[in-house]
Amino acid sequence: MAEIMFWEAVLRAHDEEMARDPLVICMGEDIGVAGGTYKATKGLYEKYGEKRVMDTPISEGGFTGLAVGAGFLGVRPIVEIMSVNFAWLAMDQLFNSAAKVRYMSGGQLEAPIVVRSPGGCAHQLGAQHSARMEKVFMGIAGLRVVTPSNPRQAYGLLKSAIRSNDPVFINEHELMYNMKGEVPDEEYFLPLEGSEVARPGSDITLFGYNVSVHWCLQAAEILNKQHGINAEVVDLYSLAPLDRAGIKKSVAKTHRALIAEEAEAPVGVGSEVMAIINEECFFELDAAPVRVSAKNVPIPYNHTLEKAAVPSAKDIVQAVLKMFGKA
Amino acid sequence: MKLEDKKQVLRKMVLARRFEERCYQAYIERKIGGFLHLYPGQEACAFGVMEAARPGHDYVITGYRDHVHAILCGADPKAVMAELYGKETGCSKGRGGSMHIFDAPNRFMGGYALVGGPFPLAAGMGKAIQLKGGDEIAICFLGDAANNQGAFHETMNMAALWKLPVLFVCENNLYGIGTAIDRSTSVTDQYKRMCAYNIEANQVDGQDIDVVYDAARKAVDHVRSGKGPYFLELMTYRYRGHSMSDSRGYRTREEEEHWKKRDPIFILRDRLIEAGQITMDEFTAMEKEIDNYIENEVVKFAEESPEPNVADLEKYVLAD
Ligand SMILES: Cc1ncc(C[n+]2csc(CCOP(=O)(O)OP(=O)(O)O)c2C)c(N)n1
Ligand SMILES: [Mg+2]
Repeated sequence: MAEIMFWEAVLRAHDEEMARDPLVICMGEDIGVAGGTYKATKGLYEKYGEKRVMDTPISEGGFTGLAVGAGFLGVRPIVEIMSVNFAWLAMDQLFNSAAKVRYMSGGQLEAPIVVRSPGGCAHQLGAQHSARMEKVFMGIAGLRVVTPSNPRQAYGLLKSAIRSNDPVFINEHELMYNMKGEVPDEEYFLPLEGSEVARPGSDITLFGYNVSVHWCLQAAEILNKQHGINAEVVDLYSLAPLDRAGIKKSVAKTHRALIAEEAEAPVGVGSEVMAIINEECFFELDAAPVRVSAKNVPIPYNHTLEKAAVPSAKDIVQAVLKMFGKA
Repeated sequence: MKLEDKKQVLRKMVLARRFEERCYQAYIERKIGGFLHLYPGQEACAFGVMEAARPGHDYVITGYRDHVHAILCGADPKAVMAELYGKETGCSKGRGGSMHIFDAPNRFMGGYALVGGPFPLAAGMGKAIQLKGGDEIAICFLGDAANNQGAFHETMNMAALWKLPVLFVCENNLYGIGTAIDRSTSVTDQYKRMCAYNIEANQVDGQDIDVVYDAARKAVDHVRSGKGPYFLELMTYRYRGHSMSDSRGYRTREEEEHWKKRDPIFILRDRLIEAGQITMDEFTAMEKEIDNYIENEVVKFAEESPEPNVADLEKYVLAD
């Protein structure tokens, strides 16, 4: 098992699938000659040529729609949208065309496209480059949403997404492309539905996804070492659909739940997980579940304000201690 | 077009007209729900183009005014009517409705309700054809007002840049719902907008099927021979309101009468009568026969077909 970077894992999935199937293509702004903003398509242009590695104009709605139309005829496009903040411009095609075409055609057409895009708060990028949009995508019937927290998941989920006949949105993170992690040397597929226990524990479940999984893991270490609380961390790498069974299983074991999300709380992953806990295992609970979310503000530029807007491992520890009556 | 073909075309045009008029009636009877956009007046556009293209082979996509385009690609009028009735036997299994007719086996790739939405989808089909190396083309029929969407401009740029095999047919009926084109659009001749994208374009009379056919032949040849996209603007008029709730207060009855004098079906009929291919009596008999077919087969089929099963409500959301 080799340790590689997140971007290398994404690149490897592209490369293997493009080598296997001539109908797998990729497109996006600066992904070809320039090699990709985050290097996720580095070298593909040289290897597969401009017909399959397309540098697009800055027309997010246009090229996303083009990918959907190509998908109707069996092409499997992997679309990179440079930043999720720009994915708003592609919403019409993603929601009105890709997500609905199977249904409104009575199962005749499908849009087997993958849209990958980094979101999240990086380093003082300001309000228009710090959006966390997974919650917008996960509420749309007909669209799958996954969000990897490490290179292995990035590789395994992209492999599965390319093979899927449904449109899949992959929510990546600007800060995670250089993260290192082990990826199996052999071909590996992570199912598009499910969750993973990132750290087993017994006293509380910390639910995270993408970057917040890492906050949860840090918090779990602190809770264990300094406060004698043994937290389980569940990685919700699939946001649509959410893994109801996995959520239930963990809460039934720990009887407490906290959801950590980088996004603002309203209409978010946290609200949805809480609703599932209510529906699936309310009577298992020893305490009311809590959310640790971003403040409901556009992300500020100022470094201190930006930090204050987005949660951290410390906030998770605080919230857990409060729940246990220790704060 | 050969004279013998023209007779067949006339017959199908009458069918399209009577089909749409029958939809109007069914809507009034509340058999059809939702929005209903009818095609009478514009028939020569779709017929002329599809006569020059290869229905069932070329991929066709359009907006919400889509019944006739679907039938022209090969969709069974019975399945289209059943779709309007929301029946399981409808061509979209009752899940689509009037604005979302689909017939993938005949390469009718759907009707879409978001104005301008099909532009990039058509370009994508062109891209797929190019990758797979077929001799099909993608044909995108949309209205004049759709050209004010961003998707139009983004698509034209990409289609020209990558020489995609797409024929864009602009059915310019002078209105987007109730807004006249000169009140919404700075450049009213739509073909002129193509010089911004270096796309070959033409504008012709959309009421005379022979004129449409000749122009479409050139356009289709251009696209099929690998020269890239083509934009064909057809000047036409819709007789009825935009949809069923439209009382047409934004235009004069004189204007309507003026256009009805150039009815696409009558233009073709009179030409065939003059050429001795058909008599007025034969034409009238044909109309009657078509009405009978629509009543006794098409409508009957829709009426008698089963509703979709509520247990199947969540089918077709995701792949199995
Ligand atoms: C994105 C979007 N905006 C507005 C509408 C409402 N709408 C439906 S049809 C239409 C006019 C379109 O006119 P045109 O493109 O000329 O086509 P026509 O109906 O004349 O064939 C409008 C504004 C819509 N369906 N989609
Ligand atoms: Mg119009």
